[in-house]
Amino acid sequence: MASLELPGFADPVGGAQACFRGLLDAMARPGTLHEVGELAAPPPLDPATASVLLTLVDADTTLWLDEPCAPAREWVLFHCGAPLVADPAGAAFALALAMPKLAALSAGSDAAPEDGASLILQVAALRSGLPYRISGPGLKEPALLQVQGLPEDFAAQWAANHALFPRGIDLVLTAGRLFCCLPRSVQIGMG
Amino acid sequence: MPRGSCRGDMPKGDMTEPDPNARRRRWMAVLARASAAEIEALLEATELPPPHIRLRGPEIGLVMVRGRAGGGGAGFNLGEMTVARCSVRNEEGRVGHAYVAGRDLRHAELAAALDAAMQDEARRDALEAAIVVPLAAAQARARAANEGKAAATRVQFFTMANMR
Repeated sequence: MASLELPGFADPVGGAQACFRGLLDAMARPGTLHEVGELAAPPPLDPATASVLLTLVDADTTLWLDEPCAPAREWVLFHCGAPLVADPAGAAFALALAMPKLAALSAGSDAAPEDGASLILQVAALRSGLPYRISGPGLKEPALLQVQGLPEDFAAQWAANHALFPRGIDLVLTAGRLFCCLPRSVQIGMG
Repeated sequence: MPRGSCRGDMPKGDMTEPDPNARRRRWMAVLARASAAEIEALLEATELPPPHIRLRGPEIGLVMVRGRAGGGGAGFNLGEMTVARCSVRNEEGRVGHAYVAGRDLRHAELAAALDAAMQDEARRDALEAAIVVPLAAAQARARAANEGKAAATRVQFFTMANMR
């Protein structure tokens, strides 16, 4: 009962649809920042993280939580109703405050690349921090994305993930009320 | 309605419960079978449950009711049933849940608020005596009357083995 103190979206249908629309745009235009509506998120999750979870995760999707997310576990279980898995390789969605090795998540198969997991990663900040140069489908020209809180070997891990295409992991970065998406088709270098 | 699906009646005079949830299960069942108007009428005479916020709902949805042919037959989908549900957290931090048949959102929220309040041992006995006991008695009476009516129309079929 510890963390089950907060409601989900005030308007479950409208809230999820608005956030889903934002996710579609964010996936289509990698690296663009989008804002979520008001939501009282359970600590340690930010409003953007909680909104994306409520929007994407439900009883039909397996979910893996990393250790620092544990205080919000009850809230996630109650509002998303997703079956939690202990092994990240078996999860359709992964929620993390500290990035797990991308290789530890399911990248799907060549026959069903859509089975690749989506990682929802809450970072310290999205408008400050290290600049990353991103390019690929959805970006007319390379863009800079500033992220604070990614591991040092992120670019190398991402290069390995990108090389798996069409298999791979899709990444949703969240911080505060902002989020952006990095689909597996994107190339990332240090800016 | 099949009798087998209506479990959870008040056990008669038995207050020793090995299952710690048995008592809660019973009041949740009684509250779910009552109507919002019945609960509200009884609430007027007693202390109101503490204020709450809504965690989820109240909302209306469908649940699939599963049936089973005979005692050992395979399960099958009997049909969908409209259900209103609500989950609340009251000021004391207790979380109450309710699932009630039908579309009465007020009923679901009242039942959830009472479920939360009755988890507080200081209130439980008073609320149970003021609300659950009279509701359970009324439900038992209604059921007995219904069963009496049905029993009066019972026909015993039997085969006369010697009729050729």
